[in-house]
Amino acid sequence: MSGGVDSSTVAAMLRAEGAEVIGLTLQLWNQNRLAGKPGVPEAPKAGRCCSLDDVYDARRVAEKLDIPYYVVNQEERFEADVVRPFVSEYLQGRTPIPCSLCNNHLKFDQLLLTARQIGADRIATGHYARNEYDPARGRWILKRPADLAKDQTWFLGGLTQEQLSRTLFPLGHLQKPEVREIARQSHLALADKPDSQEICFIPGGDYKQFIANYLEEQGEPLPDSSGELVTAGGEVLGKHKGVYNFTYGQRKGLGVTSPNPLYVIQIDAASHRVTLGEEPELNSSFFRVKDLNFITIPALTGAIRVEAKIRHRHEPAWATMQPDGNGCAVVTFDEPQRAVTPGQCAVFYDGDEVVAGGWIDSVSINQVNHAALATS
Amino acid sequence: MRRIYMDANATTPLLPEVMEAMRPYWMEHFGNASSIHQQGQRARTAVDQARETIAEFFGCHDAEVVFNSGGTEGDNNALFGLLHPGDHLITTSIEHSAVLAAADRLAKFGVETTRIDPGPDGLIDPMDILRAIRPETRLISVMLANNETGVIQPVEEIGKIAAQTGVFFHIDAVQGAGKVQIDVNRIGCHVLSISGHKMHAPKGVGAMYVRRGTPLEPIFVGGSHERRRRAGTENVPSIIGLGKAAELAMESLATGKIAKLARLRDRLEQGILDLVPGTGVNGANSDGTVAPRAANTSNIWFDQLEGEALVIALDLKGVAVSGGSACHSGATEPSHVLMAMGLDKTRARASLRFSLLKTATEEDIDYVLNVVPTAVERLRELAPAMAGTAG
Repeated sequence: MSGGVDSSTVAAMLRAEGAEVIGLTLQLWNQNRLAGKPGVPEAPKAGRCCSLDDVYDARRVAEKLDIPYYVVNQEERFEADVVRPFVSEYLQGRTPIPCSLCNNHLKFDQLLLTARQIGADRIATGHYARNEYDPARGRWILKRPADLAKDQTWFLGGLTQEQLSRTLFPLGHLQKPEVREIARQSHLALADKPDSQEICFIPGGDYKQFIANYLEEQGEPLPDSSGELVTAGGEVLGKHKGVYNFTYGQRKGLGVTSPNPLYVIQIDAASHRVTLGEEPELNSSFFRVKDLNFITIPALTGAIRVEAKIRHRHEPAWATMQPDGNGCAVVTFDEPQRAVTPGQCAVFYDGDEVVAGGWIDSVSINQVNHAALATS
Repeated sequence: MRRIYMDANATTPLLPEVMEAMRPYWMEHFGNASSIHQQGQRARTAVDQARETIAEFFGCHDAEVVFNSGGTEGDNNALFGLLHPGDHLITTSIEHSAVLAAADRLAKFGVETTRIDPGPDGLIDPMDILRAIRPETRLISVMLANNETGVIQPVEEIGKIAAQTGVFFHIDAVQGAGKVQIDVNRIGCHVLSISGHKMHAPKGVGAMYVRRGTPLEPIFVGGSHERRRRAGTENVPSIIGLGKAAELAMESLATGKIAKLARLRDRLEQGILDLVPGTGVNGANSDGTVAPRAANTSNIWFDQLEGEALVIALDLKGVAVSGGSACHSGATEPSHVLMAMGLDKTRARASLRFSLLKTATEEDIDYVLNVVPTAVERLRELAPAMAGTAG
């Protein structure tokens, strides 16, 4: 229970069904930790995950529903499995997605374990997704929700069969306005609480400042990843202060002027070189995906047709997915897609069903040929 | 479901006699103890009677008793009321946060603090205190019994050191009160704090012993209550409750009820050690002996599990215990006391505190000994990955 309307409504729905419900909130990050450092307010704002206000809201819901409620401290694991990788990914020129890491390592792993340890059979979350067992295939299937505007399956592509079998997504068949209506009917005071948007552990949303503050707190120097801004043809356009300041497709804050708008089209962590190009150069046809988790199928044995989604707001695009022989896969889009970004999740759909999920490892830009990517 | 409360070091319920003693003072005898009239005098009489009982409880004069709001206020007052910029404070790393956070606050105003670590058995070595004394040392603050382990500190020896070196001595007796005989003259302390709700009186009331002539400045100023040592209208019903609770506590100590409680605690402890593999008493020496402890407290480590999950699992089975200290959100953090004793984080996290009420029964122990092994087994079964990581 995050203290938001979705998980609170789930608790109310299950309670109304007569289920035996125990409320758990994960304490993941101490919002006071970096308080007072540059760009961080002395007192944390409301509406953050793990903020005292949110824990208070979650507790009030549990009290109202008359269910036992506990806050579970997972700050260390969150730091090791989410915050650390988040920082190091940026320092390596990638654009991480901490919510998926949190789902894989905290919410559906540690939380599920804690839930089972304290005697619960399953966990229920406020994610917008559906899951069901398909006896024909003998597998648990993850499906897009009824409310496609709230679809969160992209964040859930790492769920294993065991995790899917022990998870309930009671909001999967509802539209968000219906959820708020249920919250209202259940007399939950937070029925109209706004949805959270930003990364929960970065108050203010300035991730660059967060990386600097975090490393300072850890007594670690910010590694020098400054380097050149270049064109795809190798022409030097200027200098930059560190690869972590960039993400694929970024247009603002590049520090160069040009007659046509320029975008980040590639970040090379080894040489610290950030390649800029015009909009058409931003498109990629191929990428490699690693750490694959298969859901509808047990493994990838040959080329399959999928719709690939490569970032949260991306409309899935038709592609062919092919094993590369090393446990990864190469994905070839029918139509080149804009700003395919290493570090982000890729989730592969067959209609409503999630076939597999993985992490975008490397991306080809334009001329680089498919074979080179597959063997690199 | 049967519920067994084994978290007495967090708080205790009122005893029925305490409730009865307080009853007339909410509505019938509601007077302000500072008023001239009969209603006021009635309240004043009751407060004075309670003061007399507390003086007996401490082994001091009535005039040396100051009523306040509880342990945190007493601890804060001892530090804030005696220390000035340039002074040096000696305390321990196993104190309650009411002392440690007050010392942190004073650091901003130029008061330096030395924190003495306990040995692996949880005991503070008085010689460490002596060695830490400097010319600027003005106060030593040490607890009587530790809240996490129950270990009783050698306060009389520390009192002698304070006397010999001319340093003020404060005792946080919040966890000791009612479990250990208190005699302020034998201890040789200048200030001693207790809290009502740890000894079957209400929450929000406490008392301090302040030795005559101790220049303890008040932290609350206003009226002339408590001989100008603590302003604010007396919390009459709660003070009466505290008096009654102290009377009952002295009775329990005198009649051997507390010694009997120690036997119950020992049975619980030995039972868990026998029934659950991979367990031990925190602070136990290699031969299994432990430092002298408050009669009701046992702190046990469980290999290969998260204490937090065990606390929740036991709660859902009707057994209320605690593990570590609650952080701002209500989640658990590893106990700073166990860490100071040298436990690593994993073992500190895998530790539970059982603290018995003095009303505990043999049946309570039976029930807990029935529930704990099953709960531990389930936790360990589900988290085989943790095997071998603890210790």
